[in-house]
Amino acid sequence: MLHFTRLKQIAISLSVVLGIVLVIPSFFAKETVAAWPWFMPRAQINLGLDLRGGAHLLLSMETAEVRKDWLDTLREDARKRLREAKIAVAGIGIVNNALQVRVSNVDDTDAALKELKGLAQPTGNIIRGFSGTDLDVRKAEGGVILITPTEAGLQHRITEAISAAIETVRRRVDFTGTTEAQIVRQGSDRILVQVPGLLETAPLKELIGKTARLTFHEVHPSISAEEAKRTRPPAGYRIYPGADQEGDQLLRETPVVRGDELKSAQAAFDSQTREPIIAFTFNGSGARKFGDFTKTHVGRPFAIVLDDKVISAPVIRDAILGGSGQISGNFTVETANQLAIQLRSGALPAKLTVIEERVVGASLGQDSIEAGKVSAAIGGIAVASFMIFAYGLLGVFAVIGAAIHIVFVLAIMSVIGSTMTLPGIAGIVLTIGMAVDANVLINERIREELRGGRTPISAIETGFTRAYATIIDSQLTTFIAGLVMFWLGSGPIRGFAVTLTLGIMTTVYTAFTIARLLVVWWLAAQKTRKIEPPLSYRPPASLKAGSVRT
Amino acid sequence: MRFLFKGVDFFPHDTRWKIIERRYIFIGLSWALAVLSAVLLMTRGLNYGVDFKGGSLIEVQAKSGGIDIGDLRVRLDKLGIGDVQVQAVGTGNEALIRVAQQVPTKDLNEEKVQAAANDKVKGALGENIDVRRIEVVGPTVSAELKRTGVIAVVASMFGILLYVWFRFEWQFAVAAILALSHDVFITVGMFSLLWYEFDLSVVAAILTLAGYSINDTVVVFDRIRENLRRYKRMPLIELLNLSINETLSRTVLTSVTTALAVLALYIFGTAVIHGFSFAMLFGIVIGTYSSIFVAAPFLLLFGVKRDWSGPAVKSPSKSDAAGKGRRENVASK
Repeated sequence: MLHFTRLKQIAISLSVVLGIVLVIPSFFAKETVAAWPWFMPRAQINLGLDLRGGAHLLLSMETAEVRKDWLDTLREDARKRLREAKIAVAGIGIVNNALQVRVSNVDDTDAALKELKGLAQPTGNIIRGFSGTDLDVRKAEGGVILITPTEAGLQHRITEAISAAIETVRRRVDFTGTTEAQIVRQGSDRILVQVPGLLETAPLKELIGKTARLTFHEVHPSISAEEAKRTRPPAGYRIYPGADQEGDQLLRETPVVRGDELKSAQAAFDSQTREPIIAFTFNGSGARKFGDFTKTHVGRPFAIVLDDKVISAPVIRDAILGGSGQISGNFTVETANQLAIQLRSGALPAKLTVIEERVVGASLGQDSIEAGKVSAAIGGIAVASFMIFAYGLLGVFAVIGAAIHIVFVLAIMSVIGSTMTLPGIAGIVLTIGMAVDANVLINERIREELRGGRTPISAIETGFTRAYATIIDSQLTTFIAGLVMFWLGSGPIRGFAVTLTLGIMTTVYTAFTIARLLVVWWLAAQKTRKIEPPLSYRPPASLKAGSVRT
Repeated sequence: MRFLFKGVDFFPHDTRWKIIERRYIFIGLSWALAVLSAVLLMTRGLNYGVDFKGGSLIEVQAKSGGIDIGDLRVRLDKLGIGDVQVQAVGTGNEALIRVAQQVPTKDLNEEKVQAAANDKVKGALGENIDVRRIEVVGPTVSAELKRTGVIAVVASMFGILLYVWFRFEWQFAVAAILALSHDVFITVGMFSLLWYEFDLSVVAAILTLAGYSINDTVVVFDRIRENLRRYKRMPLIELLNLSINETLSRTVLTSVTTALAVLALYIFGTAVIHGFSFAMLFGIVIGTYSSIFVAAPFLLLFGVKRDWSGPAVKSPSKSDAAGKGRRENVASK
């Protein structure tokens, strides 16, 4: 244990130099580091939001909405398919999260079943392979066919919806001029939004809290919403509630054009009334659909619906062929701007709710960093004083090892780009105390061996060898706890788990290479043949057989 | 004359304290503490933080001068948003405000109703008080965090159990886990007794504690195993006692170094990590106690295999040989 090949000595020394070099950028401002020449390391430790200040929002998607939308689309598809197959349908409805199709003629059931089975899509991906279909289509009693989304199918839809929502949220956040925002998926139906430097989150929440699904609908030509409420809406029509002062409307459920066919949307002012409005332009196909519709419906009203609420229902005066138009609807400048951003960034596939919010002001973050530095410094000094008091020169070696351990943790963190949080700093301070534990075990063992009558070299040798297994055992258990924390933890706790697990690895390395190498060098530097024991020790009180180590 | 500072060998060696013989005192003490914790947890429960209870936490700071906590409490109580707790932290110019989870209404969902309550608080703070931190945790998330916290503690204990079992015999693993559960349970009980806030960072501390407090136990167990090989005929009581006494300096001193570092965190850290450092500090003390006084008596209870001469990988002579083998490999490179 007290021999290192030359190559190994060089390798260990180089690892220390490399560690120090990699840590350097983290002590300079980002701008300074960016200007450094190519051969210099530039990776810095990321500071978590709890240290630099900023907002952390966890959004959850209403998955029930995703399911409902899917069923709505399915209903249209089923109706279309059966019409093309010339199978008469008595009714299609959504009951208990499933689509119920009733054919007029019971003899058609099997033909309809065959048709409707065609709606199902295989689920699964290249990696996991084919794992069934997204729909369960089966025959029930009396000419009824039940179409139920499968769990796998629903999961697939949710995954797609989350991906789409992330894009939309990103566009909306970008429009606010915020840079550096991080938007990532979390779990199956959540999105984590992290915005450094943001303290007032209300406007951001307004912006991402609305689905902003814009649709243009045909108003029923003869029946009003009030009449429909008394009787029953005719097939294919539905009563939409009005927003603000708007009245309810009986509208055809399938929209003429949807918001995803918008090319642009801007907040503007109406040239006559001076009220804030949204000016929009459709893309090619949207303009064509809208043009065709307005051409045949001149003199009749149509409804502009936002998130299932009618925001206005103007009368078509002329065919609108250019594909551009405007929406008015009791906007203020602010809400018009907001809606324009939401329309430009596209609709969210389903509503998002904020289920967790953590906001830290930059001044508190700065205070936390300062407090962390002070605790680290004072904790370090206390530990160092204790080690040197108890173990003299070997204590100095342990302290050097512990200092290099911190350098290593910081170096690895900046290279792998992990984030430093306040609990992460606590983890580092904690591992300063733990780092020297290994040295305490080694040194106490050396002392014991000296007391047992071994020569200094033999005692050091045995001390390192015998303590090795004990140290590995004791560190691995903490390592296990750290891994579990990393696996299950979120945000700041994960930051703690990172510094803890990295710290344990580097601790073992520094105790067994750096501290040992320093001892080897010290031994080599001894001029005399007779080497003094490096630790003071009191000989055993009585030389009982049990206390002598052989 | 060369000077070499060799440190001070201050820790008493050659102690032969009859710890195992007096085990009933310590077992009694541990049981008393455990029962007290159980009673506290059942009757009083824990002062859950916003992470586990839901609701919001608002940290505020006065721009100048101090904060009149009483006055602030009166103002916030008038808002009609249920239970609002105000607690002074730091040097008197900071306070933590906790708003309970609001009940959603017909128009406002959980998110909106909580945001409205927070806005009311912010509005009532006045000109001189700045908001420094807001944490809002909804009921779904808090329930999840609670569940994950429990899973994490159980999973790490299980991992540690497997590892100790793999390295030692099952008796050691079970004794270690019992000592560990003792530490964790009493630490949690302490949080109930002192009514300190129990949040996510405290769970992190307990997990770390689970890993760390076993360190000392492993040190003692390692020595027991070594001595089992050496003194084949020594009565188990005597052997356990010898092992505990021989490793006393190590068990105590490793804890001292870590406790020094954590103490610095406890004294100089911010409000955010107060619970964390307290849990660690208390845990280190109780962990050291249990390594010395609780773990080994359990071994006595379960009994251990006395014949370690078999071809076990775990025998110290073999691991020594392996160590030497490694060194020779290195030397020959």
